[in-house]
Amino acid sequence: MSTPGKKSRLKEWWEEEPGLDKSLFRYRRLWVSIVVSTALVSILPLVIMVLTNYYQYQKAFEKEVRYPIQLLASNARRSLEFFLNERLSAMDFIVHDKAYEDLVDQKRLTRIFRILKDNHRDFIDIGVIEASGIQRSYVGPYGLQNKNYSKQDWFKETLLRGRSVSDVFLGFRRFPHFAIALRGVNEDGAAFVLRATFDAEILASMREAEGRKASRDTFIVNHKGVLQTPSKAYGKILARAPLSVPPPAGETTVKEWTGDDGKIHILGYAYIKSSPYIYMVTEERETLLTTWFSLRNKLVWFLGLSVVVIVLVILVGATSTVNRIREADDKRLALLHKVEYTAKMASIGRLAAGVAHEINNPLAIINEKAGLLKDLLTYAEDFPKKEKFLKNVDPIIDSVERCARITRRLLRFAKHMDIRREPINLEHLLKEVLGFLEKESAYRNLQVAIDVREGVPVIESDRGRLQQVFLNIINNAFGAVDEGGRIDISIAQEGDSHVSVTVRDNGVGIPPEHLDHIFEPFFTTKEKHGTGLGLSITYGIVEKLGGKITVDSQVGQWTRFTVILPVKHETSGRAEDGRNASTAG
Amino acid sequence: MGGMRVLLVDDEPELVHTMAERLEIRDFEVDAVTSGAAALEKIKSEAYDVVVIDLKMPGMSGHAVMTAVRVEHPRLPIILLTGHGAAEDDEENADLDQACAYLFKPINIDELIRTMRECVKVDE
Repeated sequence: MSTPGKKSRLKEWWEEEPGLDKSLFRYRRLWVSIVVSTALVSILPLVIMVLTNYYQYQKAFEKEVRYPIQLLASNARRSLEFFLNERLSAMDFIVHDKAYEDLVDQKRLTRIFRILKDNHRDFIDIGVIEASGIQRSYVGPYGLQNKNYSKQDWFKETLLRGRSVSDVFLGFRRFPHFAIALRGVNEDGAAFVLRATFDAEILASMREAEGRKASRDTFIVNHKGVLQTPSKAYGKILARAPLSVPPPAGETTVKEWTGDDGKIHILGYAYIKSSPYIYMVTEERETLLTTWFSLRNKLVWFLGLSVVVIVLVILVGATSTVNRIREADDKRLALLHKVEYTAKMASIGRLAAGVAHEINNPLAIINEKAGLLKDLLTYAEDFPKKEKFLKNVDPIIDSVERCARITRRLLRFAKHMDIRREPINLEHLLKEVLGFLEKESAYRNLQVAIDVREGVPVIESDRGRLQQVFLNIINNAFGAVDEGGRIDISIAQEGDSHVSVTVRDNGVGIPPEHLDHIFEPFFTTKEKHGTGLGLSITYGIVEKLGGKITVDSQVGQWTRFTVILPVKHETSGRAEDGRNASTAG
Repeated sequence: MGGMRVLLVDDEPELVHTMAERLEIRDFEVDAVTSGAAALEKIKSEAYDVVVIDLKMPGMSGHAVMTAVRVEHPRLPIILLTGHGAAEDDEENADLDQACAYLFKPINIDELIRTMRECVKVDE
């Protein structure tokens, strides 16, 4: 494939020492700037987009993860509160409806308990305790009659507040339960307490109904942080949960907290009204966010892959672009070198012709004088040392002949290029020349238009020279315009025997004081690059081809070069004219 | 072979007079002038067998002199001299048809005489 070639070309302009050739350094910088700017333009928006999406998704997912936790806690709170309220109101009814006498009567209490249990099967027992703390009557499986509760917290609280729901505790019967107690007043105005107990299991079953999921932990703690139900993570009932009790809140609250293992958990909790219970549900954030993590991975992969592909495309693109620019530059440089070389040769030729011509005349005089001396001696009869004189004159004449040979050679060199004649389609020729400059015009976004009028004939001229002429003129036009400039080329017939080619650019223009000198040798405005020979050579060539070149310009607006060329090559034409003139005379 | 009347035209007096002297030594009848105008004057008053003209002269060029001579003397043989040494050069090329011969400076006197004789002979 073409890679080895490409690589070596890339190497050529990449690895060259910057100091050696500044243009090579320029290609490297060009490459770097193309890569950096393209990468910025293409990758930056992608990264911004992906990052934005990333954070939006993350936020959305986190919100979504909190919602079911919150819902769960709310529902659990509602059912727990409903459960407690129901029991409380049933007992409240008993306290107010039944006479104290009935309640302390064992038989009647048994009957009441039976009715109660018909409605709420979770009642374990019921008892009535007088203000002194002694249980006066008791119905239930434990035979707790006459037990003294005066020291127990719930008893004190009930007397004080009128009602209480206790923490889960073991009590006299050694298994976890909790009590609901209500204060009543008997006929004598003395306070008493109606108390019922429930298996703590009921709390456990209620929270489990809602929270069944492997990664989820639901449990109830009291205000001191003691577990009221078993917990998957924190152990058995009545153990101390390792998490700090969250501050009281009227509503269900969801927050994050970091466990001992360093993992982040989502915690939803709700204080259960008129009870010491706090319902809690926790779940590891990571298990909740698995969907998010897989999406995040996809996003990262997508970004990484896109960046790699983009960078590859940019690298390949930049390399081939710089290669192409370099190729075009090389081609143009070669052409310019050729033109410059031709210019140099032409100027040397002119110099040679001038020297030869100037030397030839004195040489001719020396030749004649020496010849005369020789003649005089030859025809004189009695000249002393005649032989010696003749021997010395001959070398003079020979030397003159030698000089003459040298000047003739110089003159022949001056005419080193012969004009060739071949049929030329000017439009094709101009397109060919534009082809040389195509890269530059594309690179600088120049607009070049060729307009060919109808009926322009094929002309007879020298192809190479014409290429040189138009290359020079169009190159000048390119030099005159800014980026995005316009160059109009038109080809038209001028009379029967001539065609004109006009090259007009909308560039800087030429000041009038320069216009008169523009075709003179060594006149240049491009102080650094020009030899000042380009246009003078162009002029010389056009003249040689029997044509004419003119220029007009408006400073700051446009410049127009017009080349008029004969349809037939001129030399033969003038000879004919001459003959006609002589015969006419 | 003497008796031939020659007119030499060259802007360089040293050259044209020396050449004249050399031809005279060889029995030619020679007039030498240093400008095209003087040459035309001479041709008006005298009859020449052959005219030798330098192409590059200030004022009237050899080419112009030849064209002017042709008006009155279309058949007078004319030899052109040049220091330019470029017979195939466009401008001078055209003159070849009108001139009898074309010689490069510096000229070998024998070659000049040979050429003059050929021109006169062809002409006759």
